Amino acid sequence: MTKNIVLAQGNGGEENGELISKIFYKHFKNEILEKSEDAAIIDGGRLAFTTDSFTVSPIFFDGGDIGKLSICGTCNDLAMMGAKPTYMTCAVIVEEGFAVADLEKIVRSMKKELDINGAMIVCGDTKVVPRGSVDKIFINTTGVGVVQKRGISSNCVTQADTIIISNQIGKHGATIFANREGMEFSSALQSDCTSLWPLVEKLLDEGIQITAMRDATRGGVAAVLNEWAKQSKVCIEVNEEALPVSDEVRGICEILGFEAYNLANEGTFVLAVKSEDANKALEVLQGFEEGHYAAIIAEVTHQYDGRVVLLSAWGSKRFMDLPTGELLPRIC
Amino acid sequence: MSSLQLKDLYDGFRDPDVIKSFQKLIAREAEKLNRTVNIMEVCGGHTHTIMKYGLAQLLPSTINFIHGPGCPVCIMPKERVDHAYVLSQQSDVILLTLGDMIKVPGSHGSLQDARAKGADVRFVYSPMDALKIAEENPDKKIIFFAIGFETTTPMSAALLDVVIKRGIKNIFFHINHVTVPEVMKELIDSRDEHVNSYDHRIDAFIGPAHVSVISGSKIYEIFPKHYGIPVVVSGFEPVDVMEAIYMIIKQFNEGRSDLEIQYKRLVTHEGNLKAQALIEHYFEKVDLFKWRGMGNVPNSGLKLREEFAAFDAEVLYKEVLPYEEIDDHKLCICGDILRGFAKPQECSVFGTACKPSSPLGSCMVSSEGACAAYYKYGNLL
Repeated sequence: MTKNIVLAQGNGGEENGELISKIFYKHFKNEILEKSEDAAIIDGGRLAFTTDSFTVSPIFFDGGDIGKLSICGTCNDLAMMGAKPTYMTCAVIVEEGFAVADLEKIVRSMKKELDINGAMIVCGDTKVVPRGSVDKIFINTTGVGVVQKRGISSNCVTQADTIIISNQIGKHGATIFANREGMEFSSALQSDCTSLWPLVEKLLDEGIQITAMRDATRGGVAAVLNEWAKQSKVCIEVNEEALPVSDEVRGICEILGFEAYNLANEGTFVLAVKSEDANKALEVLQGFEEGHYAAIIAEVTHQYDGRVVLLSAWGSKRFMDLPTGELLPRIC
Repeated sequence: MSSLQLKDLYDGFRDPDVIKSFQKLIAREAEKLNRTVNIMEVCGGHTHTIMKYGLAQLLPSTINFIHGPGCPVCIMPKERVDHAYVLSQQSDVILLTLGDMIKVPGSHGSLQDARAKGADVRFVYSPMDALKIAEENPDKKIIFFAIGFETTTPMSAALLDVVIKRGIKNIFFHINHVTVPEVMKELIDSRDEHVNSYDHRIDAFIGPAHVSVISGSKIYEIFPKHYGIPVVVSGFEPVDVMEAIYMIIKQFNEGRSDLEIQYKRLVTHEGNLKAQALIEHYFEKVDLFKWRGMGNVPNSGLKLREEFAAFDAEVLYKEVLPYEEIDDHKLCICGDILRGFAKPQECSVFGTACKPSSPLGSCMVSSEGACAAYYKYGNLL
């Protein structure tokens, strides 16, 4: 590991994992933490508990803002453990000089998203720091959820499962790149930032046998599938053509040399469901606007345990690896 | 009529049916040929395409790829990365460079490490972005660490052109532009004493795509004429590369050694004359440029002409820049890989001590390097 923290260690990929295991896990080590799930399962399996900090730049982007993101992000992590979001905290670090009107706009969009999840903020903290100490505003939210369906875990994906993606991939990451300074794309692209609890609730109500769920945030779909392949000791074979990618995201990936499956999502999740329920799960997801492009993308085998393989439409194979380093454009 | 979509520009070149058709055509031609052919794709962009789309898996075993040195980030020697590092440490300097150059390790670390320690290092999408940064930071010196082959050289020249015409006082250049034909010659001739023991195994070249758009295919004439090695200039899409391979095998079957262009939609024999004139106006050849993994290659680098020395960071910071030679890592076999004598997985440190997150040698640095492409996409043949 490097002597000083580098940006690549926050990428959701290999370096990020190394930092977490060598510093945080080393000292905080305990059974619950080591399960490394989206949310910790506590109180004998009754509750799910998680936290997330939000530092996105720009703070207002196409399809959302840092406020909406701060609720979706934490609630989605709870939802991925089959838990209904309930009580939340909100801690804000805001830079001197920040417009109060913008702060209120952010808080208003947090409230809207809380309502969608049926959750509420029950305590919080506000810090104002001198100009330059943070980039405008950072938000942390912590949430507790009540587990509706026990046993959902990324450690038990098997050959009896089929892998589904809930929507088109890479939209949040591509939107943030397109909105950054220096890029002047004009497109209809919007972040997929959305609350997933309503979709999960419906899947559970319909009795779909869900083995694992994970929202494909930093590191994208590739990071989720690689974690599952490793944690469950299986090979996940992805049909490349089946991955739903919008034309806008493909375009941005083409220009910058990215893969859509490495880009972050904020309202798109990967599911492993028992194969006999796969079509029913698709039907449920496609009934939602946020699940319109849901698709079966992969099957589980033992061909290369611990690895994710991409199958091309012309019969060749390659590994779908974890992203490494910062996402930087290739130069030519 | 609806306007042209971006995907219209590439969808056809990734059509599974077309790729499979070429697979059949190549198999048929290769059968007639009845011997092994070693094809070097010079450019890292082609290495990336071959690995990403798994093209080698579609070809008969008699067709072997030698992954060439055409990745400007990979070949940047430690000495030059150290220059960038030292420049980034100077007071009042903002160092700009392109994309994944930020990750290349020098002897003190990469530019990414320099940035983590407080240096102002930024990557830009276009050298022209320097203009805005210079305007916003009038009390800073903006140094553009210029890298790349013939493809990116005109952009550096265009920036200097604007800097001079507008009388901008705070943009400077550290030039690391390199040229393709010279290193191709070097791979065949191996003049450097460091590598004199090598022979080469190159039967044919796939010529670079974007480089050739600028320089024209004329720069490769010497290879079929003088060395008897066919060159087919190819685009970067999988269909392009498959067609180029087909064209190469056909040349062998017909007993020809020609310079051909597969990438006709963008490449001409003459190339972009305006860009060439711009390069000629601002740049001249340096006698030797060191390539990571290859050693010194004669006439393969460019520098600013003397009359533009006032913009040359290498001249302005001469006193602080290090000039000692640094050897490549002892265990690294990039030199052998680039000459076709070894495959990445034959290297003793491949995937263990040498990984994309901590590269020892040039080929592991960028996804366009052979080792990084093997590591990333695996070799599932």
